[in-house]
Amino acid sequence: MTDPVKEEQKVTLDDPGVVSRRWMLLKIGVLINAVVGVVVAVPVVRYLLGPVKRKGAYNSWVSLGAVDQFPIGETRLATYENPVNEPWDGDTAKTPCWVRHVDTSTFQVFAINCAHLGCPVRWFPQSGLFMCPCHGGVYYADGARASGPPERGLFEYKYKIVGNELQISAGELPTLSTEAKNVFRVLNNEKGHGPCTG
Amino acid sequence: MHWLKQVYNWLELRLQLEGPVKEAGLHPVPRNTASWWYVFGSAAFTLLMLQIVTGILLALVYVPSAANAWNNLEMLNHDLPLGWFLRGMHFWGSNFMVAVVLIHMAQVFLFGAYKFPRELTWIVGVFLLLMTLGMAFTGQVMRFDQDAYWGLGIGASIVSRVPLIGGQAVHLLIGGPIIAGATLSRFFALHVFIIPGTLLLLVSVHVWMVLKLGINEWPMPGRPVRRATYLAEYHKLSHEDGFPFFPAAFWKDLIFSGAVLAAVAVCAAVFGPYGPTGFPDPTIIQTVPKPDFYFLWLYAVLAYLPPELETPFILTVPLLAIAFLVALPFFAGEGEKSWHRRPVAVLVLATVAVSFGVFTHLGTYTPWSPLMNAWSGDTVPEKFLQELSPLERQGAVVFQAKQCRNCHSLDHVGGQRGPALDDVSTRLTEDQLIRQVLQGGGNMPAYGKNLSPAETTALVKFLVTLHPHGQKPATNAAGPPTAELNPPPATQ
Repeated sequence: MTDPVKEEQKVTLDDPGVVSRRWMLLKIGVLINAVVGVVVAVPVVRYLLGPVKRKGAYNSWVSLGAVDQFPIGETRLATYENPVNEPWDGDTAKTPCWVRHVDTSTFQVFAINCAHLGCPVRWFPQSGLFMCPCHGGVYYADGARASGPPERGLFEYKYKIVGNELQISAGELPTLSTEAKNVFRVLNNEKGHGPCTG
Repeated sequence: MHWLKQVYNWLELRLQLEGPVKEAGLHPVPRNTASWWYVFGSAAFTLLMLQIVTGILLALVYVPSAANAWNNLEMLNHDLPLGWFLRGMHFWGSNFMVAVVLIHMAQVFLFGAYKFPRELTWIVGVFLLLMTLGMAFTGQVMRFDQDAYWGLGIGASIVSRVPLIGGQAVHLLIGGPIIAGATLSRFFALHVFIIPGTLLLLVSVHVWMVLKLGINEWPMPGRPVRRATYLAEYHKLSHEDGFPFFPAAFWKDLIFSGAVLAAVAVCAAVFGPYGPTGFPDPTIIQTVPKPDFYFLWLYAVLAYLPPELETPFILTVPLLAIAFLVALPFFAGEGEKSWHRRPVAVLVLATVAVSFGVFTHLGTYTPWSPLMNAWSGDTVPEKFLQELSPLERQGAVVFQAKQCRNCHSLDHVGGQRGPALDDVSTRLTEDQLIRQVLQGGGNMPAYGKNLSPAETTALVKFLVTLHPHGQKPATNAAGPPTAELNPPPATQ
């Protein structure tokens, strides 16, 4: 006696129409999932790229305090709270920078981050040098590269004086691609350092 | 015990694991693979398990918040019973894991185990090494101390060197414009979800292939790998002169893994956890950031690269190194496995190992960095001051006050960035010393603007006295100096 179930399976498996219908349904299933995948992936990618902004988009004017805190001819450490911050940043929202008061209305505000790999440079007024503790980068008082692995001088912030207040344009970690200001100074020849001072 | 058997049978009927487990455990392996040289892979796996268990235990308490992580770790170290021990196990576990993975890789390379048909096992292994290093770096960030903060700064500075999209890549890496709360959150996700997930997946593939393809036979000189014959040869070795993996080879893995775990526990108990070091307040700049030991070699390499080579090196060499490792089994997939017949491979391994050791050692004492406190902390040794004129002694004061000591040592004390000056006057004449001090050069800054003529004179007079007893200072071979700061009085 023949088993009706087996007979039915046999017919189904052998019937080319049924087979192609199954494959077509499978393809539709794959297609639906591919479409849904793309639809879901687009917002995910946008979400992941959330923190990515164009150059300078994070920057705004930040006060470093009254101008008279910075005596003429001296270089002092100043700190500010990053304009873009969250309550859970804690102390990491604070950023230091070096302020050099050149003359009455001229300042230079240097990023703390070495132009080599971002370690905090320290100012030595006696020798008039900035030194980096990580890989030995050294800079002159005007931020120009003096020696070591950095390929350029210290990063400088744009500044302005509003009333009696020194303000800088700041907001993001200064690196070779995101420096505060596009000054490319390898060596400052007008100020008396020959090209072989490196 | 009858009921135990019943429970087992009940489970086995449903799980049906006995077959695959027996097959994996009892698969025949060549007799000489039951060697103490073959225990590093299983030890790496054991350490991964240890890291997962201790990691989960730490995650029960850890707060991935930039504002609180540091205090949280201090609490783990000091207030929570045995919190320090768990942190110690996780820290030492990570050190051991990096070391064991590197040893495993070196052994596999030396034994030619990456050759046919185990090419893919090697390639997956290369990515396992990268994942392990990724865990090490992100783990260092979890400590969220000054080293972690400035280490992230180094990472961001490296990424910023990518052409065109460097700035955007930095934003993506640190999760915003600055290293802060968002940075720790994303590194936490990388450290506990993304990298460990990938690691487990790759380990499964790696171990699966080891089981399917069999353990690499002991390399014998004169028995080269040939694609056409290898599989049959290996089958003969493992089936005719082999024994089941369990327990013949397994007991050595078991004992070594136990010993490694014991060593981690002893290190954790004796040396304790590492850090957190200084509080991650970026305005505290009196810090000398340093990576953990596994990245010290990189820290050293980055200090020695010439400025113009730095960006090309950083952007290409790591990719080339990975490409070389991935390509290795394709251009050396056949041939001799024995180190007796592979001098180039042995030389490459020795060179890499020695370089790694030398750079790591240099990274421990960073001779390229100025010593920030040498000028105020290290005194001029007495022997250099005896029988000096007042002017020369004044020069010694200038030498300290102008931070020369930060880069130049006297009597082995002081910075090592520049040459030691104990015998500088035997190398440079007085004129050359004046030029060097004022104009700098050879990696020394120019001091022309920061020294008065009087200070320069005093400093150079002091430097001229720096020569060993009985050895004269250098003189100008061409005759008397043509220019002097203080011309001598005309001879009577």
